[in-house]
Amino acid sequence: MPLITEITIFVLAAFVGFEVISKVPTTLHTPLMSQTNAIHGIVMLGGLIVIGVAGGTLDKVIGVIAIAFGTINIVGGFMVTDRMLGMFRRKPRPAPSGDGTGSTGPSEG
Amino acid sequence: MLVPPAALSPTSNFVQVAYIAAFSLFIFGIRQGTHPRTARRGNLIAAAGMAIAIAITLSLDLIHNWGLIVLGIAIGAAVGAIASQRVQMTQMPQMVALYNGVGGGAAALISWAEFRHHLDAGGPIPLDVMIFTLFSLVVGSVSFWGSNIAFAKLQELISGRPIRFPGQHVFNGALLAAILAGCVVLSADHASGPSQALFIAVLVGAAVLGNLFVLPIGGADMPVVISLLNAFTGLAAASAGFVLDNVALIVAGTLVGSSGTILTIEMSRAMNRSIGNLLFAGFGAGPAGGAAAAEERPVTSISAQDAAIKLGYADSVVFVPGYGMAVAQAQHAVKELADELERKGVRVAYAIHPVAGRMPGHMNVLLAEADVPYEQLKEMDEINPELPQTDVAVVIGANDVTNPAAKNDPSSPISGMPIIEVNEAKEVIVIKRSLNPGFAGIDNELFYQPNTSMLFADAKQAAADIAAEVEKL
Repeated sequence: MPLITEITIFVLAAFVGFEVISKVPTTLHTPLMSQTNAIHGIVMLGGLIVIGVAGGTLDKVIGVIAIAFGTINIVGGFMVTDRMLGMFRRKPRPAPSGDGTGSTGPSEG
Repeated sequence: MLVPPAALSPTSNFVQVAYIAAFSLFIFGIRQGTHPRTARRGNLIAAAGMAIAIAITLSLDLIHNWGLIVLGIAIGAAVGAIASQRVQMTQMPQMVALYNGVGGGAAALISWAEFRHHLDAGGPIPLDVMIFTLFSLVVGSVSFWGSNIAFAKLQELISGRPIRFPGQHVFNGALLAAILAGCVVLSADHASGPSQALFIAVLVGAAVLGNLFVLPIGGADMPVVISLLNAFTGLAAASAGFVLDNVALIVAGTLVGSSGTILTIEMSRAMNRSIGNLLFAGFGAGPAGGAAAAEERPVTSISAQDAAIKLGYADSVVFVPGYGMAVAQAQHAVKELADELERKGVRVAYAIHPVAGRMPGHMNVLLAEADVPYEQLKEMDEINPELPQTDVAVVIGANDVTNPAAKNDPSSPISGMPIIEVNEAKEVIVIKRSLNPGFAGIDNELFYQPNTSMLFADAKQAAADIAAEVEKL
């Protein structure tokens, strides 16, 4: 791919990243950081490609470590994000034990 | 011979379309991640995109050394999966730092491997490839080491306090200049065979810089640092994409680079400090003497029983959680206390400062884990006007985010940072292990206010004790 095409893609992707992330509630900052963190684990594809041409032992060691690092980033990142977001699942409210005046509802004060 | 039957050329349209599908899923997944209802699905969608990208890459004709690939993936998947299931919710920030770091490390190693491949091939290295390789190497290495230091600080393997030495800025500046000079020399030699020794020297220099860059930053500022390093790793991945002509890497890495930048800006804005100030000023070096003198001042301490009486007969109670709650794993105990209070007809809310804890949203995650309903979690701007009408504000392991000095004392290092204005509440109970100043190392005026009572205890124990006493009322 010509360099200029790649730079075009880079610039457009940067704008997409800025747009997509705007106006995130604070609640989701940690999971979202964790999710984007998992996405940059895609660098692991680079490890798959470079190990294909690895000749010497050092090259192979570097390649295996790069793949392992990238895989930790991907697998750990997505799984940990899922665990965090699983906690936001709306659980069925336990039946109100008392008079149910809705003390947990939004306050009118 | 081990190549799968339908090995594809990396430039084939089919492969490109699969990569486009993958990064579309990333964008869609992040978009969904910005809404509470769709966030979990968004994460799975992004993960599906990743699966497509990996599957299509594995079917390329340039994939060899299958045994090593399986080895690397098996190690990585096992470590990643086990760590992500074992980690406690309170340790999430350091976990994200660690995952971020290994991503940066992978980018740096890939650059090195690609550089060695070019050297072995013997031909001239194109200038653009050389520059992108160096960028990925330096930024990836800084991110790896910086993230490790952030992890060590949050895990308290090393002190969370700023670690500094005289002339640090000058030294870091000189080191950065030396790294850039090395990159310029390597780039100038791109056609004639650049030196691998110099390349490794640049790698090592970037590693040292990554360490020195994070060490002087205090624990309270770590969220911003992790977010920034997240953006760094994204850019390092994008740069590796330029080196390898891989559109999936370019798009995904750039997305993370720009979204991480936004998050970093939002966070530093919440602390009312410029990013430059956060990264280079160091925190809490100045007022240490003042803090020592101030510890002599009288505070009112309170027992769990008295606290229970204040809370049980209040109309409205606001909990202000901070890192101390996370450390003490107190979120469930706090929720039980809140349940107990609600049974007595007390209105309960939680005030969440944007940078409470060690990650933005850190407190939200912990409280959600304890089943606290959404609508009780109030953001700073929402709760501050309500605090003057609040009977009791309970500060649980939070410190700097409640310090009135941020508003009243222009000489305070945190001057101008928006705070949860608990000092406006009718009464304040601060649950804290001791009078030690917070991570920022600044004394908190709040503790000495006449309407403030200090409950010196572990947050979890204190919440459980108060709940037991409330039940008896």
